[in-house]
Amino acid sequence: MEQLAWLGRTGIAITQSLGQSALLLLMALTAPPDRLSRELRRLVTQIYFIGVNSVLIVMLSGLFIGMVLALQGHTVLSRFGAVEALGQLVSLTLLRELGPVVAGLLFAGRAGSAITAELGFMKATEQLSALEMMGVDPLAHVLRPRFLAGLISMPILAQIFNAVAILSAWLVSTELLGIDGGSFWANMNQVVDFREDVVNGIIKAIVFGFVITWVALHQGYTAAPNTEGINRSTTRSVVIASLSVLALDFVLTALMFGE
Amino acid sequence: MRQNFIEVSVGLLMLAGIAALAFLALQVSARGFGQNKDGYEVVAYFTNTSGLTDKARVSFAGVNIGQVQSIEVVPDRMKAKVKMKINKDVDYLSVDSSAVIQTAGVLGEKYVALYPGSEDDVLENGAEIHDTQSSMIFEDMIGKLVTNYAAKD
Repeated sequence: MEQLAWLGRTGIAITQSLGQSALLLLMALTAPPDRLSRELRRLVTQIYFIGVNSVLIVMLSGLFIGMVLALQGHTVLSRFGAVEALGQLVSLTLLRELGPVVAGLLFAGRAGSAITAELGFMKATEQLSALEMMGVDPLAHVLRPRFLAGLISMPILAQIFNAVAILSAWLVSTELLGIDGGSFWANMNQVVDFREDVVNGIIKAIVFGFVITWVALHQGYTAAPNTEGINRSTTRSVVIASLSVLALDFVLTALMFGE
Repeated sequence: MRQNFIEVSVGLLMLAGIAALAFLALQVSARGFGQNKDGYEVVAYFTNTSGLTDKARVSFAGVNIGQVQSIEVVPDRMKAKVKMKINKDVDYLSVDSSAVIQTAGVLGEKYVALYPGSEDDVLENGAEIHDTQSSMIFEDMIGKLVTNYAAKD
């Protein structure tokens, strides 16, 4: 009986927080807009904190993942005497899956956690209430620019990740593994389709950006206003966002590439 | 000053994103640019080019000397016309060279292999290679093998 009640409580809590976060997002997006120049200025500042600050980690990860993909692909493909296909293996893997997903996980860890911690701290130090007292809507001034910045930054970061990873795979293939550069690119061009692979990858990245910033904002906004609350919200933000990215990736892949 | 720095770096991020997208669109997913060195064009007619694509390699003695530019059917001849761009520094292809469509490895991509002829005159811009041999089609080969094998019994 006790277990059943616990299950019910959990179910209600999950539904409640889902509805709450959806309403939060809706209110933040529909809050009456400020002057356009101010809105843009806030957006740009947030893109700087969320996007630009994540570029280095995304590029470094892309560099290493591209190189590892080339090495691992080579060991398998060389068994079948098909090392020429390395270009298509690497590019399809990156464009369709690894690019958006790994960039998304990094983004959740780097930017999502920062958003949650910042919002939680603002709440704990009563900055959000102060804004409200001053007649300034914290949803429009604090939440909206962060959300839009995440939505814009994520696809850009994923494409940078892809480009760096493919270039580093190309470097390893030609310099280290001795594959002809011409056939690396030619093979890649034969199979990679812009609409099918690149655009679908971008759509995935936008969806991930949406979910990651959404989760981060909700967790930060509803954090218990004390040190432990911020701590728990930040952890939960990264965990929920990462799991959502992985689960959504399966759904999106099934929709886009499944028969 | 600080706001200015922020705006500039966000602009750079946007530029990097556009550059990455352009790279993915042009170099990775489409007929790339940048690999087109100066060179001269040579055409060859094949009865079957199955599997050959634009930008495929053109090789001579195993060395890449150019790439395929376009493939189209010429109804007059009922054949496929393959236009190839050969690097400028390659000036040793005699006019009676032959062109064969070959496969790199069992599963690899198709490429055009050129074999030397014996004439002293060399191919020039717009010249045609007359002696051609089409792609080997794997299924056909297996089919032939099976019929041969059956005939022996």
